[in-house]
Amino acid sequence: MRARKPTRGETGTGVPAPSPEVPETPDVPEGTRAVLDGNEINRALTRIAHEVLERTKGGEHVTLLGIPSRGVPLAERLARRIERVEDLSVPHGSLDITMYRDDLHLAPARALGRTAIPAGGLDDRVVVLVDDVLFSGRTVRAALDALGDLGRPRAVQLAVLVDRGHRELPIRADYVGKNLPTSLRESVTVLLSETDGQDAVLLGPSKPRSGAVATTADTKEGDA
Amino acid sequence: MRHLLSTGDLSRDEATLILDTAAELAQVGDRSVKKLPTLRGRTVVNLFYEDSTRTRTSFELAAKRLSADVINFSAKGSSVSKGESLKDTALTLQAMGADAVVIRHSASGAAHRLAHWVDGSVLNAGDGTHEHPTQALLDAYTMRDRLGRLDGLRVAVVGDILHSRVARSNVLLLTTLGAHVTLVAPPTLLPVSVHTWPCEVSYDLDEVLPKSDVVMMLRVQAERMRDSFFPSVREYSRNYGLDGERLGRMPSDAIVMHPGPMVRGMEISAEVADSPRCTVTEQVANGVSLRMAVLYLLLGGS
Amino acid sequence: MPENTGPYLIRGARPLGGDPVDLLFVDGRIAAIGPDLEAPEGALVMDATGLVALPGLVDLHTHLREPGREDAETVASGSRSAAMGGYTSVHAMANTDPVADTAGVVEQVWRLGREAGYCDVRPVGAVTVGLAGQQLSEIGAMADSAAQVRVFSDDGICVSDALLMRRALEYVKAFDGVIAQHAQEPRLTEGAQMNEGCVSDRLGLPGWPAVAEEAIIARDCLLAQHVGSRLHVCHVSTKGSVDIIRWAKARGCDVTAEVTPHHLLLTDELVEGYDPIYKVNPPLRTAEDVQALREGLADGTIDIVATDHAPHPAEAKETEWSNAAMGMVGLETALAVVQRTMVDTGLLTWAEVADRMSTAPARIGRVSGHGRELAAGEPANVVLYDPAAPVGVDGAAMASKSDNTPFRGMTLPGRVRATFLRGAPTVLEGKIN
Repeated sequence: MRARKPTRGETGTGVPAPSPEVPETPDVPEGTRAVLDGNEINRALTRIAHEVLERTKGGEHVTLLGIPSRGVPLAERLARRIERVEDLSVPHGSLDITMYRDDLHLAPARALGRTAIPAGGLDDRVVVLVDDVLFSGRTVRAALDALGDLGRPRAVQLAVLVDRGHRELPIRADYVGKNLPTSLRESVTVLLSETDGQDAVLLGPSKPRSGAVATTADTKEGDA
Repeated sequence: MRHLLSTGDLSRDEATLILDTAAELAQVGDRSVKKLPTLRGRTVVNLFYEDSTRTRTSFELAAKRLSADVINFSAKGSSVSKGESLKDTALTLQAMGADAVVIRHSASGAAHRLAHWVDGSVLNAGDGTHEHPTQALLDAYTMRDRLGRLDGLRVAVVGDILHSRVARSNVLLLTTLGAHVTLVAPPTLLPVSVHTWPCEVSYDLDEVLPKSDVVMMLRVQAERMRDSFFPSVREYSRNYGLDGERLGRMPSDAIVMHPGPMVRGMEISAEVADSPRCTVTEQVANGVSLRMAVLYLLLGGS
Repeated sequence: MPENTGPYLIRGARPLGGDPVDLLFVDGRIAAIGPDLEAPEGALVMDATGLVALPGLVDLHTHLREPGREDAETVASGSRSAAMGGYTSVHAMANTDPVADTAGVVEQVWRLGREAGYCDVRPVGAVTVGLAGQQLSEIGAMADSAAQVRVFSDDGICVSDALLMRRALEYVKAFDGVIAQHAQEPRLTEGAQMNEGCVSDRLGLPGWPAVAEEAIIARDCLLAQHVGSRLHVCHVSTKGSVDIIRWAKARGCDVTAEVTPHHLLLTDELVEGYDPIYKVNPPLRTAEDVQALREGLADGTIDIVATDHAPHPAEAKETEWSNAAMGMVGLETALAVVQRTMVDTGLLTWAEVADRMSTAPARIGRVSGHGRELAAGEPANVVLYDPAAPVGVDGAAMASKSDNTPFRGMTLPGRVRATFLRGAPTVLEGKIN
């Protein structure tokens, strides 16, 4: 019954403990390089906020749902930006997809993330799913299944900070912070000050995980 | 962990993980679709040698909410009543591909024995007078939900401790989770070695009540009276029953729990049973989420 | 039936663990014992260097199950098992089906033992008809039968009625018999499953308090002394029982007592996994009890080791604890367990082992021709035991029909190499002959 808790170690980067303040330049561990720093992440999110408003014609019906763990603070940041631009309160919450994963049998049972659906529910809303990295597409597939059990949105859209390619399902993002061509031998790690003490997107060599079958679907950090 | 046989096997982290998972899964009961696909294609067998509609239904609902296939295999109307041994029944279930067996049995240790004979997970749903781990877990969940913590909580367990699997599981689990347990019963209904258990013991309910955040009343079967464990129902009730007056002497935010089924007029008065401070129906509701959590953690992974 | 009763010359064995000598068996008797004996013509010579020679062991408490439960054991298979353990005589307990409560049944068991020929089977007669605890069985008829019964017991069930017990104790005086009591107060042990204590409380198994055994032993000692009878106490299992017997002997009560090998080694902690292989009556007790039993056996408070060999078919043990049968096989591991618990610990010498496992039980059971000295002219009932041959216990490899040994998987320090019954080898090279 030992479940894995999503910890920083699981990102496979071995980043040393971050300092409490957000440093100007990312704290990059050996063998990895920063492809986005804090300012670039901020600019990408601001752009996505504008695009959401544009695509949803003012964002009146928008509900943002972050996918744990790092999609949740990203959804919060997007909500704040939209509020600042349009003076509009955007309902936002989180949607844990663990129970809908198609690879549960490949690893020990995982601890669950939070699901918090904003008051008012999802019926007839334009739900924007928010995650850090889009990779195989399996997480988004699971999120779509989860949404179906929670209500009937008018439309579902997808916002990601990084799209690293290598899709295994017919899924694409509506809003992308940065397209990042990668090889399967690389891993993409998103660090956010809320969860990791600093903002950065790191590219490094992928590490095989103990006990995990060698499949891209297992790597949450690149799995949106 | 492959099985859930005793709460004594759970570390504090493991027990907390079960409670946290149950807290997340509790939301499922409020959704329009009260079902998760997690255990699709898995088979859970409810092997009940004792009648217990409430526990069996709770496990069945929990498994179905996780999309598992559920087979109810009860002693009545099956080959068990024709004298098939537990081992042969286990091998039959094994051959049918059961991923988990939930077993309720009148013999202490039946779940342990079963775990020797099947490859799947075994969940102890009550074995004789030994343990009832999911009951203790849902009790702990209910306490945490109502009172916000377990660490340092003062819990009195009152009644037939000697024959209670609920008491055994609760003493082990609550101690692991940092609560302080006091067992309250007439000396005849306490195990002889109770002084070696990690808890306090008292024969005086009135002395314990004002110092308790939780009072858990256990069912006392009237047939114990015939075996001279106590002289009469009236005397038992007078000394160890919880009535409105005694409820009034408890701290104002203290709660009353009961694993059910209650014997009103014996260990608990109707007034207390129907009081908003009595968590019996919450315990039942929490039981489903808690059992979902256990099934998920045992069967959800590799 | 073992054959080949020609002369045997045993070279270099250590009688009672002493200096090596040769032993010569001719015509069923020990013809000579001493250094460098000359082999007579046609004698078979056996090298016994390093082996301890003891008088053939005598078990006062064996369940052979026949008649009635031949699926668990027969007189033939049980006596082969006994020979493998170094025994030349066993007492077959009365709780068969039909119960050995008539001259007919005890004679049948006695005859089956003679036909098998691996050891002398001495039937035990039931104290009460059908072990029902109501009415004395025909004790005199069994005593006078061909089986010459001297030990009477309702073993498995306690003769709990104090008056009936008094009468039985008195009655057997007429032919120098003894009542072997299974001391278990029935009301205190209703539904009992294991020793009452920390482990039973934790496991939720109904407890079997020590007092249920001790109260009966105390009562019976007082009764036996009052009527001037012999009393034998079966399978003593608690520290309190040892204390009571010590006290009774000190005040002159003619009481003897036995302890089983399993009670000398195993404790109730083994019940933790609910494996009924450890379910036995009386139950396994605590480490403190085990220590007291060893001390009692060492100082003579407990007179003998008896196996309470209790074979059961696999299905009686492969079940939930409360549904399982009580009992363990023990004939083939007894001597090695006694070595481990009593000899290797310095509590008993080999000479004392011979007393506790041969001489004293033969005396209590009034078994002639067994438990004798290893001396010229005595019947050649001898076991040759290798105390330096560790062996892993495997129930399936035993001569018993059942394999419910609680020692399975354990390594015991020695093994029986040969057993001779009146000069004929029943076991040679550790195998049934």
